[in-house]
Amino acid sequence: MTVQTAPAAEATALPAVHRGGRATALGLTGTAVVLLAMAVLPYLVATGVTAQLVKLCYLVALASMWNLLTGYAGMMSMGQQAFIGLGAYLLFVVNDHGLNVYTGTFVVSALVALVAWPLSYLAFRLRGGYFAVGTWVIAEVVRLIVVRFDSLGAASGRSLSDVTADPVLRRAYTYWLALAVMAAAVLGTYAVLRSRLGLGLQAIRDDDTAAGSLGVNVTRGKRVIYVAAAGGCAAAGAVICVNSLGVASPTQIFGVQYSALMVFMVVIGGIGTVEGPVVGAVAYFLLDKYFAQSGVWYLVVVGAAAIVVSLYLPRGLWGTLAHRTGFAVFPVRHTVRL
Amino acid sequence: MTWVNAIVQGMLLGGIFAMAAAGLSLIFGVMRIANLAHGDLMILGGYVASVAAAHYGVPVPVTVLVSMIAVGALGYLVQRSMLDRAMSLGELTPMLVTFGISLIIPNVLVQMFSNDAQPLSTGSLGTASIDLGGGLAIGWFPLITVVAAVAVLTALHLFLHRTQPGRIVRATADDRTTVRLMGVDNRRIYALTSVIAFATVALAGSLYTMRQGGVTPYEGQLTVLFAFETVIIGGLGSLWGTLAGGMVLGIAQSVGAQISPDLPLLAGHLVFLLILVVRPQGLFGRSVPA
Repeated sequence: MTVQTAPAAEATALPAVHRGGRATALGLTGTAVVLLAMAVLPYLVATGVTAQLVKLCYLVALASMWNLLTGYAGMMSMGQQAFIGLGAYLLFVVNDHGLNVYTGTFVVSALVALVAWPLSYLAFRLRGGYFAVGTWVIAEVVRLIVVRFDSLGAASGRSLSDVTADPVLRRAYTYWLALAVMAAAVLGTYAVLRSRLGLGLQAIRDDDTAAGSLGVNVTRGKRVIYVAAAGGCAAAGAVICVNSLGVASPTQIFGVQYSALMVFMVVIGGIGTVEGPVVGAVAYFLLDKYFAQSGVWYLVVVGAAAIVVSLYLPRGLWGTLAHRTGFAVFPVRHTVRL
Repeated sequence: MTWVNAIVQGMLLGGIFAMAAAGLSLIFGVMRIANLAHGDLMILGGYVASVAAAHYGVPVPVTVLVSMIAVGALGYLVQRSMLDRAMSLGELTPMLVTFGISLIIPNVLVQMFSNDAQPLSTGSLGTASIDLGGGLAIGWFPLITVVAAVAVLTALHLFLHRTQPGRIVRATADDRTTVRLMGVDNRRIYALTSVIAFATVALAGSLYTMRQGGVTPYEGQLTVLFAFETVIIGGLGSLWGTLAGGMVLGIAQSVGAQISPDLPLLAGHLVFLLILVVRPQGLFGRSVPA
């Protein structure tokens, strides 16, 4: 086979594939600065502020995990509360066995990922809307099994006993834990998406049949994501548990409202972008902070906003901005410049 | 005999599940929309019935019709204003929209009618039963529910297979592009499908409310799971599968309750998951899962 050499004039005009480059470096530097600034906050501000930010951190983590599942692997789960609840409850278990809650969170995350692996075989029997509901049923089953354990407080929840005694120190540690979980969720998503697996995932999301025919192992890719997202949600669940020093009731921590939240944050921010869930989480955090007192009307507004945005701004806030300007903090797309 | 009773009661319970699932199955079958608001629409149907009876003095049996008309009309509006557009934006958007609706309905109901149960009494019919002897009794109302479910499913079946609009609905489900080439406006077919589906779920909701003696705003979260489980157990594309799915789920819950009073939900879910493992296409489903 002979290789055709292109004329020199055309060779200079060969398309080049770009993937961020300078933007990547800038984005990562910016992120590092923001994370560092957030990390020193406990030394600078009152504990009340960091206590609020803990919530923002776990919201970002949850939204990122749902985005990874739905926005990149095309799996709309309505049952991530299974892993949030399991994360919180397993934290009691490892804590009872003498592990402190901060290291415990990471152990719990790994354990729940391990539980999610066999569950994926069950959930993957279903697709699309049926997958959504199937995962919800799995979450209900997990909840109904957990409430059967008297040692875990049965139907009435449980409080966390062995946490650092000094309340100021405890607040700071909890905040750093939440910050670490958030950073791991966002940067982990970014790393996955820039990997070979991520490329396959984006192909799966666009058309799983076509992706499969091109040699992407669709099921394996989805499984890795499902397991990883379960671990991420479990870590967030453990943070929620540490933050409120326990679980008010299984119905609450296994509540489908967590799925509602995740859907809302991701849709508003922009599905299928790394930044979107962060933007959506901030948007929800502010909504919740300022309007939660106005009763359930605000949930009606949340529902209506989800409808309006998904119909008229399907890329979400960040997605629309990024699409119009080509701007990205975490570029994952391969752009061809002609 | 207690076990026989549990199975009989389970079958009676299954009637309500089958009816709830009929509309869900229809919308999914024709438009590929997994309607996450289905349970909340059912509860809304129950609210319309109980409010019509309590505040406007509509005779209880007629409230069923009122509810079907009101929610059916809502189905038309939702389809035309949101779902048509959502369907053109991909697979996920319709689900997100129905999800948004499922967040709006119960919270509006709470705001308007508080969290207390809205009663809807069927009087002596609610407790009347046929005694079969040996501790076996069949409640009149649950029996009516089963008969209604069979009637609704039969009517749907006849509509889809014996009438011209029904044939078009089925053709649209199979291949909407070709149907459009034949000069049929598929959006009208979708609107028709939604009206029928919403009206049947209103019927299910009214009967559910009468059966329970009342309804509270957030019950939709539970009923939507039952409806989906019924559809998946029965298998998509089979109306008789829907009936069978309802019966299987009803019996599982009822037998579960017989073993231990806190088991019915778990037993139902476990039977559902078991069927998922053994036969993901459902009992009567086509070999290719949806």
